[in-house]
Amino acid sequence: MRYESLLDAVGGTPLIGLPRLSPGPGVRLWAKLEDRNPTGSVKDRIAAYMVAAAEKDGRLGPGSTILEPTSGNTGISLAMVARVRGYQLICVMPENTSAERRMLLEAYGAQIVLSPAAGGSNEAVRVAKDMAVEHSDWVMLYQYGNEANARAHYETTGPELLADLPEITHFVAGLGTTGTVMGTGRFLREHVPGVQIVAAEPRYGELVYGLRNLSEGFVPELYDESVLTSRFSVSSADALRRTRELLEAEGLFAGISSGCVLHAALGLAAKAQTSGQRADIALLIADAGWKYLSTGAYGGTLAEAAARLEGQLWA
Amino acid sequence: MAIEVRIPTILRSYTGGQKSVEGSGATLDELFADLNGRYDGLRERLIDDAGLRRFINVYLNDEDVRFLGGLSAPVRDGDTVTVLPAVAGGAR
Repeated sequence: MRYESLLDAVGGTPLIGLPRLSPGPGVRLWAKLEDRNPTGSVKDRIAAYMVAAAEKDGRLGPGSTILEPTSGNTGISLAMVARVRGYQLICVMPENTSAERRMLLEAYGAQIVLSPAAGGSNEAVRVAKDMAVEHSDWVMLYQYGNEANARAHYETTGPELLADLPEITHFVAGLGTTGTVMGTGRFLREHVPGVQIVAAEPRYGELVYGLRNLSEGFVPELYDESVLTSRFSVSSADALRRTRELLEAEGLFAGISSGCVLHAALGLAAKAQTSGQRADIALLIADAGWKYLSTGAYGGTLAEAAARLEGQLWA
Repeated sequence: MAIEVRIPTILRSYTGGQKSVEGSGATLDELFADLNGRYDGLRERLIDDAGLRRFINVYLNDEDVRFLGGLSAPVRDGDTVTVLPAVAGGAR
């Protein structure tokens, strides 16, 4: 396979069957490996699309500075695209994210502004929005509300899945900006009657939910509930357990959000198996486990690892 | 009949600091009304004229109740209801 440059290699990721985790011949799990993207995560798709859209409408030009609230993958993807396209990048992220993320961003030449751990990404979004007001020449692509985010999935992830798995019955992905489930979900619903679109949402430790008041809550602007069939909350303990299962049963070294997604997918698989229905469940592996090694998720007992993850933003 | 309801930090002032309380009811709506009887004011933080408040998420056995019938969602003995504020969450 040959591409003219790195950006051309975004997407086109493989779909891998999971025969050992699939409950039976009529109910099959399929993993879409988004770590097979230039910077190792699904976010390469949206970074490429958001930047291209901003260039097209004139928001980004030579020497522009991009500002984004991101605690990891989006920042890394944007850092790569910024390097290739010639922009500066400033990332606002909570201080309690894993060391690998910050080191990688800095290696790409991005600047990092840390926001307080308490309040998690809500706080990072708030800080970034304030900074954008103060520096009107900086361009905040704003992944949580940028239609190019969902559109990237509508135009690439969805069609790839349909081409590889026309018999798809369920699509399961993590819920963050909601772009993946919104874009992929919309596409699949248009083409596959009866397909179920399921979101798996990480459930963090209490620190992340410690808001000053409920009006500080946040629902991404991209979120449209009607695209989903269901939405599950998955604890860090369950996500961890499933991430290790993926590695042990299938040899797949995935990030912790993938364990979260697998947990929901296995629930759907069990339901289908019990009711004797055929199922072909595609689940999205957002990234591999490299950036999470320092969280201790892959070593020691599950209980030890779960305790370590408690205060961290693992997905 | 006992249904466990997990309360987020921000609402524990209504439950005397308890992070988990028990209630009963045939639906989520009844359950919240039952809790409100003992933890005055809690219901109003969860529900407004339009139903479940926008920045409140409620999960029944880990599934978002907005996909299970919302406040009409049936609840049973042994179920777990988790209340959480809507957040941007983690690393993206």
